[in-house]
Amino acid sequence: MQYRLDINGAIREVDAPPEMPLLWVLRGELGLLGTKYGCGVGLCGACTVHVDGAAQRSCQLPVGRVGHAKIHTIEHIGATAAGERLQQAWLKIDVMQCGYCQAGQIMSACALLGRTAQPSEAEINAAMAGNLCRCGCYNRIRSAIRIAAGLEEEGGHVA
Amino acid sequence: MSRELTAASLDRRNVLKASLLAGGGLALDVLIPFPVSALETAQEREHAAAQLSAFVSIAPDGTVTIMSKNPEIGQGIKTSLPMIVADELDCDWSQVRIAQADLDQKRYGEQYAGGSTATPRDWLPMRQTGAAARAMLVQAAALKWRVDPSELTTAKGRIYHAASARSVGYGDVASAAAAVAPPDLSAVPLKRPEQFTLIGRPMVGIDSARIVKGEPIFGVDMRLPGMLYAVYEVSPAHGGRLVKADVEAAKRAPGVQHVVPIVGNGDADSGLADGVAIVATNWWLADEARAKLRIDWDLSAAKGHSSSVYRAKADAAIAAGAGTDLRLDGDPAAALASAARRIAARYDYPFIAHAPMEPQNCTARYADGKLEIWAPSQTPQRGLDQLHKVFGIAPEAVTLHLRRAGGGFGRRLMNDYMVQVVAIAKALPGVPIQLMWSRPDDMRRDYYRPGGWHSFEAGIGAHGELIAFTDHFVTFGDGKTPARAAGFNVAMPPAGLIEHLRYSQSMMPTVVTTGALRAPGSNALCFASQSFLDEVALAAGTDLPRLMLTMLGERREIAPPGGGVPFDTGRARDVIEKVVATSAWTHKPAQSLRGKGFAFYFSHRGYFAEVVEASAAGGKVTVHKVWVAGDIGSQIINPMGAENQVRGAVIDGLAQALAGQAIEFVDGVAQQSNFHDFQLARIPATPEIEIAWVRPDKPPTGLGEPALPPVIPALTNALCAATGTRIRSLPVRLASA
Repeated sequence: MQYRLDINGAIREVDAPPEMPLLWVLRGELGLLGTKYGCGVGLCGACTVHVDGAAQRSCQLPVGRVGHAKIHTIEHIGATAAGERLQQAWLKIDVMQCGYCQAGQIMSACALLGRTAQPSEAEINAAMAGNLCRCGCYNRIRSAIRIAAGLEEEGGHVA
Repeated sequence: MSRELTAASLDRRNVLKASLLAGGGLALDVLIPFPVSALETAQEREHAAAQLSAFVSIAPDGTVTIMSKNPEIGQGIKTSLPMIVADELDCDWSQVRIAQADLDQKRYGEQYAGGSTATPRDWLPMRQTGAAARAMLVQAAALKWRVDPSELTTAKGRIYHAASARSVGYGDVASAAAAVAPPDLSAVPLKRPEQFTLIGRPMVGIDSARIVKGEPIFGVDMRLPGMLYAVYEVSPAHGGRLVKADVEAAKRAPGVQHVVPIVGNGDADSGLADGVAIVATNWWLADEARAKLRIDWDLSAAKGHSSSVYRAKADAAIAAGAGTDLRLDGDPAAALASAARRIAARYDYPFIAHAPMEPQNCTARYADGKLEIWAPSQTPQRGLDQLHKVFGIAPEAVTLHLRRAGGGFGRRLMNDYMVQVVAIAKALPGVPIQLMWSRPDDMRRDYYRPGGWHSFEAGIGAHGELIAFTDHFVTFGDGKTPARAAGFNVAMPPAGLIEHLRYSQSMMPTVVTTGALRAPGSNALCFASQSFLDEVALAAGTDLPRLMLTMLGERREIAPPGGGVPFDTGRARDVIEKVVATSAWTHKPAQSLRGKGFAFYFSHRGYFAEVVEASAAGGKVTVHKVWVAGDIGSQIINPMGAENQVRGAVIDGLAQALAGQAIEFVDGVAQQSNFHDFQLARIPATPEIEIAWVRPDKPPTGLGEPALPPVIPALTNALCAATGTRIRSLPVRLASA
C-alpha cells in the first residue's frame, strides 16, 4: 500500500503493508533512526513519537491507521520550544548513560510539558512511567524535566 | 595499589612514537600495556610500534584528537579516558575531539568493557601519554625560542615563556614537535593532583549532544547501501537441535529475500546455534515471517532442566552434606560445637536476564574473502577470536568497527550475535546484513546470571563475637568447573576476618547458558552473605555495621588466597563509618513498618557501604532513600558520569529485588519473554540517592559494578527491620498484609 505521511512537517511517501508499525516505517523505510525499538509491544516507550502532539508508542501504531495525523519524531523535537528546552536540560545535567531510551524519554517529557507546563513530581512520574531506562537515569530525568519547566535552577542530582 | 599496575611493569612494554600528522601537526602514538600473549615476539612488538595509528594528534589549528579505544556501553569511558589524556596534555576540553577506534589491540592495547577494569588499567598510561605529548610540544617551543624547556609553562593548549612574555598555541608547534625525540614514558613528569584541570570536574558525555537529537550512533542504527535485515530463529529450549525445517512459506512472505538454514556447531558458548535466518527488506517483515516457519526441534537434551527440578536438586545437595571444600580455615566444626549460640539459614536467588534496552544486534558484510563488522560488543577481540575458531576466518581479513551499545551489563561480553550475523553474511556474499534480535529473543537467549543456593551456619561466642562461619554453596557446573559466572568467591567476607571458616560447593549441570551480569558473583553472593551476617549481628545483640567494624579490626591489607587484589580493611572501615554518619544509622525502626538496612561489599576494587530506608505496608514496598558511601580511589575522574553509575547501580539492584525479576525454566524453555513478565525499574519507584565519596590516596579504580552488590541486602535488611520478616529468597515477595 502507498501512504503519504505527514512526518516532521514534510509529506513522506512510503510503500508498506498497512499492518507495519509506524516504528518500522520510520526506521526501515524512511531512515529516521532516532526512534528506537525496545520491546515491540508498547511496554518500554523507546519508540515514543508524537501523533498530533500526543505521545504514542510507534510500535503499536500500524501505518495504515496513521492517516493525516501529524507525526513528530526526536529528529524534529529541537525545533519546538519545549523540545529545545528539554534537550538543553538533558545536556545540562547529562541525564544519560547508554542513551538508547533517551529519545523516547524526551518525547514523553515533551508531550507532558505540552499539556502541563509546570508538572508536579506525581505528574512527572505518571507521564514518564511508561518509559524504561535500564541504566536507571530516573533521578536525572525528573530533574531535567523540572529544569526545562523552569522549576529547578540546577540539577539536584549532579555532582 | 594494585600490584599489576606498578611502574616497573609498565615501562617494559610502553612504546611511544611521534610522527608528522598529514597536513601538519603532531601525531603521537602510544602502545599501552598488553596482555603478554598479544605480542609474543620482538618482531611483533617492533611491527606494532611501526604500524601505530595516531592515538593523540594535534593539528596546526590546535585541535586535539584523542582516540577512544574501548567500547562505549553507557559507562562513560569514551569521555573519561580522553579527559585523563587531555588533562596531562594541559589543553582546553573545547579543543578536544574524540574519535572511536576500530578494534586493533596491537595499536591500542586492550579494548574491552568489562569488570570495571579500564580505569585502573589505563589511568597511568593515559596520563603518561598526555604528559609525553605536552613535553614534546614544550620541547618544540623551547627549540623555537632558544630557551630552556624548564622556563616554559602551559595552560589551556598554549605554551608560555613568562620571561619574554611570549606564548604560542600547541597547533603552531605541533609539526615541529613531531621531530622531537619522544620522552621515556615512565619518566615523563606528571601533574600533581591539585594541578588537574579536567580530572575531577563534571563533564557532559561526549556523545550526549548527539543522543538528545536522536542521531544514529547505536549498533542498530548502522545503515549500508543495499543492506538487508535478519532475524534468527533458534530452538525454544536451550540445548535444542534442529531436526527438519520447512521454510517455503516463509520464503514467500512479504519482503523476504532469503531464508538461510544454519547448522550449529553444538557449542552454545560460540553462539552458532542450529537455526533459520530470515532476511528481508525491513526488520519487521523478517520478524513477521517467522510465524510461517515450520521447524521440528529435538528438545530432548533440555528435558528436566526446569526451575522446580533445580530447586529440588539444590535441596537434595544441601541435605546430603557440605559438598566439596573451597576454603577451610581453622576448625569450624569444633568452633561451632563450642559456640554459645548457633544460627543457620538458607538463601537463594534466581536466574536473571541482562535485558539491555538495545537488543543484541550486529551488522556485517562479507565479500571477496574480507569481512567488515559493525558491532556493539563489550569484547570485540573475543568476537574476532571466535570468528576464527568457528569459521576459520583469519583476523587479518576482518575490519571490526565498534558501535555505541545501548547498554551492556555484561550481556555483550558474549559475541553470539556476531557469530550469527557472520554465518548469515557468509551465506550471502556481498550483501550487508543487520541481524537484530527481538525482545523475546533477547530475553530467552541470554547468558543469564545463574541462580544459586546457600546454606549458612554461624557460631556466636559468649561475648557476642562471631567465632565460626560456614557456607555450602549450590551452583551449576559440570562437577569440576562451575558454569560461566557461577563460581564462588573464597575471599567473601567474613573470610580472612575470622579464624574458623568453611566455604564449600556442590554443583548440578545445566543446559541453560550463563554469564557475567554487572558485578558478577558479587551481585548474588553479597545478598546472601550480608543478609545472613545481618541475622548473625542481630542474634549477637549488635548490628551489621558494628559487627563488620569489629571483625575488620586493625587497618591492614588481606591478600586473597591464590593472589589477586588485596582487601584493605581500613578502606572498608572508612566507607562503613561514612555511611553510618551520612544516614544517621540506626537499626531500630523509627516508626512501625519502616526501617533501615545496611550492607557492605568489596568488589572490582571498589569499597561500598550502603543504607536503604524502606517501608512495607499492605505487602507493598516503598524505598524512601538510599545512602551510598564509596571508595574508588583518590580521584573521581568524571563526577558527572560517576554519580550516574552509582545511581544506576542502586536502581538496578533495587529492581532485581523488588520488580520480581526472575527467569524460570520449564524443560529448558525460559518462561519470561518481555517487560511484562521480567520487569525493570520504572521512574515512580525511584528513591532519593545520596552519594558520599571517601578518597584515600590510592589509584582510581572502576565504577561500572561495585556500587551494585550492597544495595540488595541493604534493602532486604531494611525490610526485616521494618517488618520482622527475614527475606532469604530473591526476588522479594512479601505476603500482603
